[in-house]
Amino acid sequence: MYPARSLIAFSTLSGLGFGLLVWLGIDPAPPTGWVALVFFALAHGLCLAGLAASALHLRRRDRALKAFSQWRSSWLSREAWAAVAALLAGGGHGLALMLDQPLLPLGWLSAALALAAVTCTAMIYAQLKAVPRWHHWSTPALFLLTALAGGALLSGHVTAALILLPALGALQIWTWYDGDTRFARSGSTPATATGLAGRGSVRPLFPAQTGSTYVLDEMAFVVARRHLKKLRVLGLAFMVVLPVPLLLLPMPHLFGAVALVSHVAGVVLSRWVFFAEAEHVVGLYHGRG
Amino acid sequence: MTTLPPLPQKKLGLVIDLDTCVGCHACVIACKGWNTQSQPSPLSDQDPYGADPTGTFLNRVHGFEVQPPEGPAQLVHFPRSCLHCDDAPCVTVCPTGASWKRAEDGIVLVNEADCIGCGLCAWACPYGAREMDMAEGVMKKCTLCVDRIDNPHLPEEDRLPACVRTCPSQARHFGDLNDPDSAVSLLVAERGGVDLMPEQGTAPVNKYLPPRPRDAAPDDVDVLAPYLDVVAEEPRGLLGWIDRTLARI
Repeated sequence: MYPARSLIAFSTLSGLGFGLLVWLGIDPAPPTGWVALVFFALAHGLCLAGLAASALHLRRRDRALKAFSQWRSSWLSREAWAAVAALLAGGGHGLALMLDQPLLPLGWLSAALALAAVTCTAMIYAQLKAVPRWHHWSTPALFLLTALAGGALLSGHVTAALILLPALGALQIWTWYDGDTRFARSGSTPATATGLAGRGSVRPLFPAQTGSTYVLDEMAFVVARRHLKKLRVLGLAFMVVLPVPLLLLPMPHLFGAVALVSHVAGVVLSRWVFFAEAEHVVGLYHGRG
Repeated sequence: MTTLPPLPQKKLGLVIDLDTCVGCHACVIACKGWNTQSQPSPLSDQDPYGADPTGTFLNRVHGFEVQPPEGPAQLVHFPRSCLHCDDAPCVTVCPTGASWKRAEDGIVLVNEADCIGCGLCAWACPYGAREMDMAEGVMKKCTLCVDRIDNPHLPEEDRLPACVRTCPSQARHFGDLNDPDSAVSLLVAERGGVDLMPEQGTAPVNKYLPPRPRDAAPDDVDVLAPYLDVVAEEPRGLLGWIDRTLARI
């Protein structure tokens, strides 16, 4: 799949923002006053920047509000509702904290809605049977764990981050390992794609067009797949391996910030790989399985 | 509404004969020609006369090679367009309700005025049947030419999808695949019509008729060959003298 910058920015930034909202929401002794303002401004800023990036992906932004209408059937529509609901509940929670009137149940509600928003984002990808690598429970698990680890780093929950980061690393490695065989396990081949199964070996001989097409550009992205192994290693190193020792060093504010920067860079790389390595079954018609 | 309607009484679709398709692409051109002037916006092309022309097409013809374990390879021309699936994943993913399946005949359509151009329906389709119109920023797809098949202003023989009407080898057929007595259903039953990628669970309405077995060459095909053997292996007479002389030089 084509690794659109708008989608990488959207899923990374909104994941961080909603992850932070989760930790702020479940904190039994949350920050209050000006500190609360800073934290909630950061969380809302990240979420809104992510949502703005996702709007850039739309070719008709003038009609974007119509995306709220189909929550009964569409994960994308549910994502829009969950995001707005989480931001409103989180905003209320933050406002109460700034006024030194904590409303902890509102915090729990905002945390639950933030988790729902991240789950909906992941389900947009996990629902697609035509992309076997994504069509798996590991996609929402990975998005949720990434959001929680990033949120723990942002909110300074060092102990939680030290547990979540290795767990994220383990899940990421397993997802790459298992994902590499999911296309083959899906059972789709050039023979099933053309209905020519049982007649011999089937291969695309000549393309349907002389140039490229939207479908090829969007869903049969193979550029730079040869660098995927390196990008996986770099992504894992920045996202998980580097931040863990940095969190164990003294001066938590300085090294914690370095750990955060490294983690975010790693998540961006990992998301790039998430899109770029995902094979769509339509590639079978184009010799790009 | 992007939830799927209950299974329709009528399932309009295409039956494509991979045996008789000659790969002429007339259906591609007829489709483009009709739909560029009948949809709410044209089927745009980008850089059509330049170095890197691309464009929106609702139907494309591929070429596949089948190599059986024994004997020569076979070439199969393979037209690909929307299959109007019973369980169309492109419909349920749509966040705006622009993508919908018509309850009365199962045709999958896009309401351009509601489309936000997010592209998720194209991702959800295993068959690559939907293409983004880069000029209009909305998704385009096969409509089975709804504006021809229902159109009382056209002569009756033209009330067919443009691709079916134009096909010179009659490799494309249109009809109700839910009616077991329709011409298309009988054709599917007789020729063993198949679904594309059944493992994707989309339950396509369109069916593909596999190529018939090719006539095999019998072993004694060469009955006249003994009479056609070369008579003079070595030139004789004047030609023989020239041949020998030239060889000596």
